[in-house]
Amino acid sequence: MLGDGSLERLKREGRIVVVGASLAGLRAAETLRAEGFAGSLTLIGDEPHEPYDRPPLSKQVLLGRAAADRTALPRLRSVDATWRLGVPATGLDMAAGRVRLADDDEVPYDRLLIATGVRARAWPREAEAELDGVFVLRTRDDSAALARRLEEGPKRVLVIGAGFTGSEIASACRERGLAVTVAERGAAPLVGALGGVVGAVAAEMQREHGVDLRCGVMVTALEGDASGRVRAAHLSDGSTVETDVVIVSLGAIRNTEWLAGSGLGAGPRGIACDAGCRAFDIRGIVTDDIYAAGDVARSPHPLFGYQFLSLEHWGNAASQARIAAHNMISESTDRIPHMEVPAFWSSQFGVNIKSVGVPSLGTEVLISQGALRDHRFIGVYGYQGRVIGAVAFDQARWLPFYQELIETTAAFPPPFPTVDRCSDGQRPLDADFPDPSVPTHGPTVTLGGYSPADRRMTFTPAH
Amino acid sequence: MTQSLLHQILDYANRANPYPIYEQLRKTPVHHDDGGPYVISTYYEIRSLLHDPRISSDARNLASTAGDPLAEPAQEEESALPPGFLRLDPPEHDRLRRMTNRPFGPPHSPHRVDGMRGELHDIVSGLVDGIGDPGRIDLVEQFSYPFPVTVICRLLGVPREDESRFHTWADTIAASLDPDPDADPTERGKGANDARMQLGMYLAGLIEERRKNPGDDMLSQLATAKGEDGSMTTMELLSTAALLLIAGHETTVNLITNGMLTLLRHPDVLQRLREDPRLAVPVVEELLRFEPPVQLVPQRTTLADIEVRGVTIPKGASLWLVLASGNRDPQRFEDPDRFDPDRPDNQHLGLGSGIHSCFGAPLARLEAQFALAELARRLENPRLLEDPPPYRQNAVLRGPRHLHISCDGIRP
Ligand SMILES: Cc1cc2nc3c(=O)[nH]c(=O)nc-3n(C[C@H](O)[C@H](O)[C@H](O)COP(=O)(O)OP(=O)(O)OC[C@H]3O[C@@H](n4cnc5c(N)ncnc54)[C@H](O)[C@@H]3O)c2cc1C
Ligand code: HEM
Repeated sequence: MLGDGSLERLKREGRIVVVGASLAGLRAAETLRAEGFAGSLTLIGDEPHEPYDRPPLSKQVLLGRAAADRTALPRLRSVDATWRLGVPATGLDMAAGRVRLADDDEVPYDRLLIATGVRARAWPREAEAELDGVFVLRTRDDSAALARRLEEGPKRVLVIGAGFTGSEIASACRERGLAVTVAERGAAPLVGALGGVVGAVAAEMQREHGVDLRCGVMVTALEGDASGRVRAAHLSDGSTVETDVVIVSLGAIRNTEWLAGSGLGAGPRGIACDAGCRAFDIRGIVTDDIYAAGDVARSPHPLFGYQFLSLEHWGNAASQARIAAHNMISESTDRIPHMEVPAFWSSQFGVNIKSVGVPSLGTEVLISQGALRDHRFIGVYGYQGRVIGAVAFDQARWLPFYQELIETTAAFPPPFPTVDRCSDGQRPLDADFPDPSVPTHGPTVTLGGYSPADRRMTFTPAH
Repeated sequence: MTQSLLHQILDYANRANPYPIYEQLRKTPVHHDDGGPYVISTYYEIRSLLHDPRISSDARNLASTAGDPLAEPAQEEESALPPGFLRLDPPEHDRLRRMTNRPFGPPHSPHRVDGMRGELHDIVSGLVDGIGDPGRIDLVEQFSYPFPVTVICRLLGVPREDESRFHTWADTIAASLDPDPDADPTERGKGANDARMQLGMYLAGLIEERRKNPGDDMLSQLATAKGEDGSMTTMELLSTAALLLIAGHETTVNLITNGMLTLLRHPDVLQRLREDPRLAVPVVEELLRFEPPVQLVPQRTTLADIEVRGVTIPKGASLWLVLASGNRDPQRFEDPDRFDPDRPDNQHLGLGSGIHSCFGAPLARLEAQFALAELARRLENPRLLEDPPPYRQNAVLRGPRHLHISCDGIRP
């Protein structure tokens, strides 16, 4: 490709196809045009909507402060492209360079970007999942339907799973004055992402806001009435919760089924790609023309020993997409690696939670600023004597400092004093993450070992 | 013998254009002359120190103030107010700032600043209406100076009939922050203390009155607040009100004056602004980068030995963060000495960063946008009568003492 003009030709008259028309797909398309790609650009999305933003779906939309159909992503520039919305891609022929669509159409490509993201894990018992009043929350339509139901003033809402999304839903319901029960298999909310010490704060927040929080229990069955409406849930401790709305918030499944048999290195853990976003095939050999970005991708991260990391983070999707797009139309020497430090935010029960790095890799946590009891603090996570992550509860302005500690693999525990050091911060505590072999509800970061080939994947646990 | 860079910064001869000194300074991002403060001048280093929890804004953590020419003498009089939250660390800083923010900004008061638009417009047009002889205007005296004090009065809820007294105190206090080398320092200090005292007593009276008859002004709400953080003591209230007045006065004056000066030096931009008042938004951002009213932040100290760019700064040292130099750092801003309102990604340091970043920022921005757009629209063919204009002494809150301009007339 070097110097033979083929790159110039690609930029002038090549065909680029993007599958998945959400955050990552849109930002990639914008970048391609901004960087001078003049060929044909096709975006394929199975949802009928123009790209929209998901974070408000569990926040403002459920509060009735924003309508679900008013969440379109802001356009950073205009994009000249063919939009194939409402049609899923159903297959990939790598040899021929074609994407197959559900309407039997085929779209040829010179470069392909896969940004199909994840979907909500459904309630595993199908008949129960179909009861009226049982919801998941991933899409605009999910959110609109749920918001409508909340508007009707249900007597009680049950949220299954207290990860970030489940907790945000519970928070919105309480703000609307609805009675809420949260059932979480782990010892506390957010325990998979932030550990037990910080999870205990999340639990306190929920209870102070009147959530009926039940941890260490599983929902074993949902029960409907004669008209097919959900009326109760049965819990593993033998109790029953009468409820008319159930929100299943059990984490996500990567949208890779459509790639089965294609020869691409795609599976339940996502699509393995290199730091330049090029996808691997199932032999572990990197492809030249297929790229992946966003929630569906997993890529080696230099800060974490080059283990494959998959992130369900907004900021990651946006920046990885830009890099993938840039690299698709660049000489190999001009490509850039995707190695941003992960960052995530959530707002619930009036508290702004923000994290950098990968707290869930930590074994210890030091409350370096503020106090747990005030729900206003910074927790720094340590792994093998270095700082690997940090979380801020209403203290986000300090995070750039902790990000720098992560980037420079600074020693843990940090040996220096800081402003606002309280008694909580005298020594590190056991971060108290659950046993990684017991899945919690929807960790938003997963570390996937060193092998790009999913079937030989060895999970390297956080402990 | 060449003068140390530190003294060159303070030297009045360099006031009109300190930027070449900053350029020198950036060659040693952590500059330290024996016994003096550690002077930080590059963008990324300043930014990270502003987010560094090992850095304190509380002067009680300083090992010594000897050698720092900008250190303030410890206040000894009994009447002295406790420091406002600008000079405090968390958790006290956070608590006071949160309580002050409750009646000022989102989430509790998202409309306070926006709701002042009409008032800002009226104040600005009133000042321009009153300019008089277009042949010789001192923009500082006639416009920039009175504007922010009026705004703070309205924000706090100072009754109109008391505003002129407020202006007199504010002027005296501001003058004490700008030492005139020819004036008698003890006299000046006494004048300022008297003014502080009278202002304090006036505010204390107003607070009493507002506790009894609260309105929807900020002082009433601060005085009667009972939020999750409890309520402020009268002393806390007084120092907060004084902080708002002082932090929002000279700074805004200088932003507007620097703004007009810069626009008159860049007539093409002035013309664009005249045609499209919406340009005021990026113009003000670029001004905060290009001619920041707060040139450096002197009140910071280290809680531990810290290393910056290979230099160990010892615990208790005093730091100067030269925001105006960081704003001209070519590592961060392309062609930094060019005034360019179309600059993308203009994340300047003009309003600070981190937990002490300017509390009044939304108001300050709006004030400057209104002021500059209105001046651009109404002054016909404005010209500088003197370039550079005479500056105030103050190297930290840097700006012209007078800005003499003339124009052909004033549009209605
Ligand atoms: C309720 C909610 C709240 C969130 N809150 C936060 C937050 O506060 N902070 C944060 O950092 N992140 C948050 N996130 C995560 C963030 O929204 C995601 O990281 C981001 O949307 C990922 O973008 P993406 O483009 O990679 O994937 P997605 O947004 O999942 O988009 C993938 C798109 O591809 C489509 N697709 C899938 N398969 C096919 C196919 N075969 N053919 C065609 N199209 C297909 C999907 O339908 C979808 O439209 C939240 C997510 C949700 C759901
Ligand atoms: C153009 C005008 C202004 C500029 C350039 C400016 C600049 C700054 C800067 C640089 C800081 C940070 C100081 C530090 O880090 O120690 C600051 C803090 C502050 N400013 Fe402003 N300011 C302006 C206007 C205002 C106004 C109008 C108000 C009040 C209404 C105000 C109130 C404050 C307060 C209270 C702080 C202290 C914040 C804290 O410590 O948390 N400022 N300002």
